[in-house]
Amino acid sequence: MEHLDQLEARSIHIIREAYSQFKNLCMLWSIGKDSTVLLCLARKAFYGHVPFPLVHIDTHYKIPEMIEYRDMLARKWHLDMVYGENARALAEKTTFPDGTATRLECCRLLKTEALTHTLDGTWPRYRMNHDTGLYERDRNTEPYTGVIVGVRADEEGSRSKERYFSPRDRNNDWDIGDQPPEFWGQYKTDFRPGTHIRVHPLLDWTELDVWEYIRREGVPVVSLYFNHGDGLRYRSLGCWPCTKPVESDASTLDEIVEELKTGKFANIAERSGREQDKEDGGGLEELRKGGYM
Amino acid sequence: MDAGQNRREHMNIVIVGHVDHGKSTVIGRLLADTGALPQGKLEQIREMCRRNDKPFEYAFLLDALKDERSQGITIDTARCFFHTQKRQYIIIDAPGHIEFLKNMITGASRAAAALLVIDASEGVRENSRRHGYMLSMLGIRQICVMVNKMDLVDYDRAAYEGIVAEYGRFLKEIGITPEGFIPVSAREGDNIAVKSGNMPWYSGPTVLETLDEFRAPGSLDALPLRMPVQDVYKFTHGDARRIIAGTVETGALKAGDEVVFYPSGKRTHVNRIEPMRPDEAEGVASAGWAAGFTMTEQIYVRRGELCTRACDMPPKVARRVRVSLFWLGRTPMAPGKTYFLKTGAAKLECRLETVLSVMDAASLHRVRKEEIDRHEVAECVLAMSRLCAFDDTGDLAATNRFVIVDDYEISGGGIFAEALPEAPEELRSGGCAWRTGDVAPEERAALLGGRPRMLLISGASAEDVHRVAASLERLLLEAGQSAYYLGVAAGADAGTRAATLQALPERARLLMNAGVTLIAAAAGLTAEEEDALRMHVSSDRAETYWVGDGCPLDCPSYPARDAARAIMARCAGQPRG
Repeated sequence: MEHLDQLEARSIHIIREAYSQFKNLCMLWSIGKDSTVLLCLARKAFYGHVPFPLVHIDTHYKIPEMIEYRDMLARKWHLDMVYGENARALAEKTTFPDGTATRLECCRLLKTEALTHTLDGTWPRYRMNHDTGLYERDRNTEPYTGVIVGVRADEEGSRSKERYFSPRDRNNDWDIGDQPPEFWGQYKTDFRPGTHIRVHPLLDWTELDVWEYIRREGVPVVSLYFNHGDGLRYRSLGCWPCTKPVESDASTLDEIVEELKTGKFANIAERSGREQDKEDGGGLEELRKGGYM
Repeated sequence: MDAGQNRREHMNIVIVGHVDHGKSTVIGRLLADTGALPQGKLEQIREMCRRNDKPFEYAFLLDALKDERSQGITIDTARCFFHTQKRQYIIIDAPGHIEFLKNMITGASRAAAALLVIDASEGVRENSRRHGYMLSMLGIRQICVMVNKMDLVDYDRAAYEGIVAEYGRFLKEIGITPEGFIPVSAREGDNIAVKSGNMPWYSGPTVLETLDEFRAPGSLDALPLRMPVQDVYKFTHGDARRIIAGTVETGALKAGDEVVFYPSGKRTHVNRIEPMRPDEAEGVASAGWAAGFTMTEQIYVRRGELCTRACDMPPKVARRVRVSLFWLGRTPMAPGKTYFLKTGAAKLECRLETVLSVMDAASLHRVRKEEIDRHEVAECVLAMSRLCAFDDTGDLAATNRFVIVDDYEISGGGIFAEALPEAPEELRSGGCAWRTGDVAPEERAALLGGRPRMLLISGASAEDVHRVAASLERLLLEAGQSAYYLGVAAGADAGTRAATLQALPERARLLMNAGVTLIAAAAGLTAEEEDALRMHVSSDRAETYWVGDGCPLDCPSYPARDAARAIMARCAGQPRG
């Protein structure tokens, strides 16, 4: 088996395991390359179907092209598309771009809190009505007990400690010091009422694996990842106030793969364009304990 | 740097050893010496050390978490990537603190080979042995022992050779032949990537050279097919396919092959290995692939069965098994308590029937005791609530292994050693103790002309269900079969209905032990209720039928007026052995 085939098979096994074991399962779709690869793996796992909702946390500071792309694919592939948001923080303008919160506080409000309350169903969810193509308030407010997420172990320190099936307690906490054992392809699929499990099918993938897979499988990705002539492209996508493009001439998949293999990025961390990572030594770990993806 | 230039081969390596023997330093050194450190990361850690007024150490690279840094020990399994000319490595850092054995197992179970670190100045310690034993239990046979911190013993040959002799003896006792011992100093870089000038007496390979000598796991395609059924997919949106899905652990499958499912013994043929992409004609179903196939003859199988080819060696099928297992749970594994056993995609209730012997994995001392404490390894007998399909040979590793779930947590793992016959104390329940004769089920079946079944009848209308069950009882009796109809009364309230359903399995088992086919009937069965009822009976001895429209279960359904005859015809058409 080739390396990408091995990665694909394990990821599909994990996605299928999650689907079989969790009644209220969803997949988080950030519209970035990793979770879009995850979406395509799900379509392979279930032979063209995606039998669970895709949940997107809309911070309203995402680069507009990302939202257009999200809805375009949702319609084309008939995805059960759901989004949630922190309506209060947005209304009260307690965000970093409004100048009333630090980057990390803003992440906590617009991403972590919105995510927590969207997953547990205590804040409104909006679901795409495929007859109209518009979003409507979702009547389903049941908590999701299984959440598939596209994190990779090589992204940054705290993610390298994750399990494929990682429990979160009632407060959404991640107890890194006391994680369940995971071996022989058997995962933690039993959980106490009120807790939920994060499922990480892409844990073993690297950034290069992801791009090589995108190239091999023809996974559609947002054009922001490519240079359009100005010598800039995004390497990691987030909210526009906190995500900077990197200098790069790569305008095709081949060029991106080549750049990662041999070029200047071989020695630069992928999330170096993400400003929130730099605010504090263990900032991202703290966010992740609280539920950040 | 030429990261990823040679991406043909990948290998997971786990690094284990006693706490403070220098695993993290070894990894940090490996990453640095192979040029695998991303610029940003090294600067980040240097900056952190500068701010905290600490000298830079390679180990800090891995201590990316705050609470780890404060405790000064690695608490979980972290992954690092580096490569040599030969292949790409993923190195899994397994913690050395005794409380974190479950993390070490998590890391080691993903690895093809292991580096075991022993401190030359401290010598062989408890976890050096315990980790070595766990590696053998986890099936990792390629082990390289690094005798680290040679700089602290002045690169003394005798100190090194003393450890080689002592630990070599231990490995031999547990049946492991190491790839080699290497004297190293990770801090100074001796014998890691380059040969050390400090130890002219050592002429063997460096750590990197030894890694490159490890063999990648070979193809498992030629072994008997083992594909645990993970799920059966039937999607709507105009897709009529019914797809048996699962990951092929060993062997290979193609269209036209006859397959047998265990423990049910059901058979069918593969119609097509379903392609995962619409532009492909056929998918792949060989070892390691997540696969799915459609069947030529539609049969009802569910998650948990083990799919094999008719031409392959069949797996073992038993309810009682002898196993060796290691325990990780906070509370001891004890007889009388109910656990779950998971193997492949099957999950079965199980009890610890007898502890045969318990061993301390560090000292290899065996003792007799009733319970299995945390971090102990035991030989024992497990009794499951229903039949389980498994293999008793290490060649078919995936189906030879199981884990035990206690109170929502994976709390142990083990290896199936042997299938055992049914025990007479099976009828011990509810505080009573019964005695039975010596007629084996096979013998009784031969004398009575067939083994009994459980026919589970449900439907939307309680009246229809009752009528069908009652006529089926008559039809079976008229055909000379022992049959008994026992159903939930039509007017029962929810509580009574639940209590009756709960009491049904024990009565069913008694009747079936006596050789009687049980017609169990209850209107409006849910899939969970059906599972709970069928769980106690081997799945090839239980069938579910739905009377009328709107069947919510994965089972055949018939209109009320035809149901009894149709079910009768199906019973007659099946082997009775």
